[in-house]
This record gives sequence, structure tokens and C-alpha cells, in this order.
Amino acid sequence: MIPLLKKIFLVDLFQGLWVTFRNQHPKHIYTEQYPIQRPKVAERYRGAPRLNINPDNGETLCISCDLCAKACPENLIVVTSVRNEQTKRKDLTTFTYDTSRCMFCGLCEDACPVDALELTQDFELASYTREGLIWDRQMLEEGPKPTQYKA
Amino acid sequence: MAQTFLDSNELVLNMGPQHPSTHGVLRVILKLDGERVNGTECVVGYLHRGVEKIAENRTYQMFAPYVDRMDYVASISNGLGYVLAVEKLINVETTPRAQVVRVILTELNRIASHLLWLGTHALDVGAITPLFYTLREREEILKIFENYCGARLTTHAFRIGGLQYELYEGFEREVIAFCDWFMPKVAEYEELLTNNRIWRDRLVGVGILNAADCKRYGVTGPVLRAAGVKWDIRKALPYSGYEKYEFDIPVGTNADTYDRYLVRMEEMRQSIRIVRQAVGAIPEGPIMAKVPKVLKPPVGEAYVSIEAPKGELGYFIVSDGSINPYRLRVRPPSLINLQALDQMVKGALVADVVAIIGTLDIVLGEIDR
Ligand code: SF4
Ligand code: SF4
Repeated sequence: MIPLLKKIFLVDLFQGLWVTFRNQHPKHIYTEQYPIQRPKVAERYRGAPRLNINPDNGETLCISCDLCAKACPENLIVVTSVRNEQTKRKDLTTFTYDTSRCMFCGLCEDACPVDALELTQDFELASYTREGLIWDRQMLEEGPKPTQYKA
Repeated sequence: MAQTFLDSNELVLNMGPQHPSTHGVLRVILKLDGERVNGTECVVGYLHRGVEKIAENRTYQMFAPYVDRMDYVASISNGLGYVLAVEKLINVETTPRAQVVRVILTELNRIASHLLWLGTHALDVGAITPLFYTLREREEILKIFENYCGARLTTHAFRIGGLQYELYEGFEREVIAFCDWFMPKVAEYEELLTNNRIWRDRLVGVGILNAADCKRYGVTGPVLRAAGVKWDIRKALPYSGYEKYEFDIPVGTNADTYDRYLVRMEEMRQSIRIVRQAVGAIPEGPIMAKVPKVLKPPVGEAYVSIEAPKGELGYFIVSDGSINPYRLRVRPPSLINLQALDQMVKGALVADVVAIIGTLDIVLGEIDR
């Protein structure tokens, strides 16, 4: 008897509708208004790569050890250096990082012995050209500069 | 003329590869007699990337991020299967702390995978609302992943021998808060669907695959459990310390699409149970076992299978003693479960085909690899 009455009065239907109704409350709004409202990504977020420089003298931290390039599964990092006869160390000349092929796995970051290469919280990496996705040393040190839209 | 016109002709209908209900790029050729389906033929391979071949040209550590891209909905489970297989090959056991953290993340990933399945399956059947709710809840899990390892989907959370990242401040609190918040949500989905007349009419008795057929095809996961077989690798062949946790294996009786839905709903609750137990018992200690930087496993082979959200996920690795795997083979649960599609669909109505594809919970990245 009760199942029949339940069927006639569409109890299950109203139960479901009540759930939808409850979730209409403005406090349940979850959508992010993206370009206006910018998400705060996690601290460990693996986004745009950055080649850190020493803030005191502006010199790169990279010691041109090539470990990041060797760790990368996609072989997309190219490091070139010249030997400095005075300090007997290698000086970084160019550093290219092809973000178009990068999968942001973080293996290069883990491999770096001096924390020079880092994946940062910048996540806007789009470019109008393919060449624009290949980052050189300058770009890696300064970081991407995406256009910011204001409401 | 008249006679051939009256003859019931078999109509061949192409479904996919761009059909939204095939969950990716699956092409199903349907042979139709009116509204009835006489048979199907699956065409797979549109997403083939040659992952197994890539493995032969990568070192063991380098290949780990690629496995995330097979079943991208449950990338952490894939990562776990791979690292366990390599650890077995080099005969290293990870630290207790890493084991527990692995279990927490894998179980959260199981919930995320089931949530995506529930949303899209309901969408296929005609209920749009659950999708919004499930994606909202899944977002919270992805946030935990993002906070933990820095990526949401292709996480690369585990490394051979342990973990790369230490737990962040407030990880336990966040996970517990998620568990508390999530349990009423499952009840909410059940309110929306379980007794819903349309939902029941569309699912009960549809796509039956009984236990004998499941075993014949090698079908695993919730599809097998809905047929009443109590088979869960977490219990049968425990890995990563699963024997320490208390949880039940939900089973169905009718082996139909509706039972598979119930089984997966219950699995989400059980996963929460495991997560709660694990969060309360994270031991202190190192997160990385001693693993050489240059990994050269001894000549040999190893097979490890784990219970992924979709079924038994196996990794078979053959080593020839060099830094690259000689051969790596994946046993993807989706591909093997998909074989049963023909049997399940035979005699069903056209509209049931999307429900049956949905209930198998396939991911094409894993099928095509
Ligand atoms: S994040 Fe991964 S794929 Fe990208 S450069 Fe680093 S190692 Fe290579
Ligand atoms: S691993 Fe670090 S220090 Fe070495 S080359 Fe790469 S960025 Fe420079």
C-alpha cells in the first residue's frame, strides 16, 4: 500500500527535486569567474618554469651541471656553457626550455642540485605561436607576463 | 521489390568516435534490427600513443609520469601500480610512512574516479544534475592532490622507492574535513538517483553479465563484484599494506547496470572508511627508501596487479639489466572489461547502449595506451 501511494504522489521525484532546490542557495555557488577572479593555486603547483637568479647580484644560480636536461624524459632542456678559466667553473650561456613538449612532471626540478630550476605557480602559458612556447634564458628568468583583465 | 522492402534489413550504425557518450574516442559499430541491437564491434586505437614502446626508451624513473596518462581519471592508481612493479623488480620495500600516504591518495583517487563515472553515467542516462554535484566534490579531492604534489590530474605523486614530497601542513585536517563533508553528499546522490523511477527503469535488468561470463572474459572490478563475486585485489593479494585496514567488499546480486551503480556507491563509502583509518595512523619516519640514483634492476621480470577503480590493473616489466625496461606491458582493466560489451549489448535497445558503455566505466586513454 505505502509503495503504491509513494508512486502515486511521486515521493521519490520530490525527494530528488528537494536536493536540487537545496543546492540553489547562493552559498553553494562554486563557479569561478576566471579571468576576473583568479584562482590561487597551491604552493607546490607545477606550472611555468623559472630559472632563479641570485637576488643580491643578479647572477644566475645555475651551475650548468646539465642534470635537469638528463633527467627530463622529453629531452626538452638544452643547457650550454663555457668554461671560465679564472674560476675554473662553467658559466651558463644559454638555457632553452621547450614548454610545448613539457608535461610538468617535475623531474627536472627534483634533479637540480642548487634549486636553480623551479616550476612556479604561474599557469598561463599560452602563446600565439609555436616559437613563443620555447623559452630562452631571459624568459625563464623573468617569467611569463600574461595580460591581466580587470572587470 | 516488395519482398526485399519487407525483409528486415540489418542496419549498420556507426557510433563514435566523436560521440559524447562513448567517453572518449571509442567507435562502436552497431548492427541494428529496428530498435534492437544484434551485435557490436568496437574499433579502438584512436588514442594510441605507444606508451609501452615509450617505456623501452626511458629509464625507470623517467617513465613514471607517462603512466598517469593512461587512465588519467585515476592517475594515482596507475602510478602506484607502476612503482610497486618496479619496487618488486629491484626488491625494495618502501617505508611504512610512504605506504600509508600512498593508500590515502589512492583511495581518494578511487573516489574521484567513481565520482566522474557517476556524473557522466547519469548524464548519459539523462540526469544532468548529478554531474554538477559530483564534479564539485571531485574538485575538493583534486585540490588535495594539488596541495600535495602540485598537479591535479597527471599527478606523478609517487616515486620508485617512496614519495618525492613530504606531507604539507594540514594534510590530515584537510582529508578528514573532506571525509566529513563528503559522506552526506553520497546520501544526496542516492536521494537523487537510487529510487528515482526513471533511473531505475533505465538501469534495472539492463546489460546483464553474470559471474560465469565475467570470468570467461576476465572482467574485473565493480562489474565483476556486481555479479556477486567477492574479488578485490586489495583483499585477495594485499599490496601497500591494505591488509591493515578494515573494509568490506560490496557485491551485487543481479549483475545488472543498477547493481553496478550500487556497488560503486558503496565502494566510495568504503574508501572513505579506509582513508579515515589511514589518516589516523600515519607513522613518522622517512618517505623514501634507499634506491640508487641510476636504477639497474637485475635481469628478471615482475608482475604486480592492483585494484584500480576500474578493475585489476597490472604492470609487467621485463628487465635485461640495463637502465631501460626491456619490455613493459600493462594490463588495462578498461580494455578487458570492454570485451564484454558485445555480450551485454546483444538484444538490448539502442538507447541502452550508452547506459551499458557508461556502466563499464572505460577510459580510452587506458584502452588505447
Ligand atoms: S617538467 Fe618534466 S617534462 Fe618538463 S622539462 Fe621538467 S622533466 Fe622535462
Ligand atoms: S640542474 Fe639546475 S644547476 Fe644544473 S643545469 Fe639544470 S638548472 Fe642549472
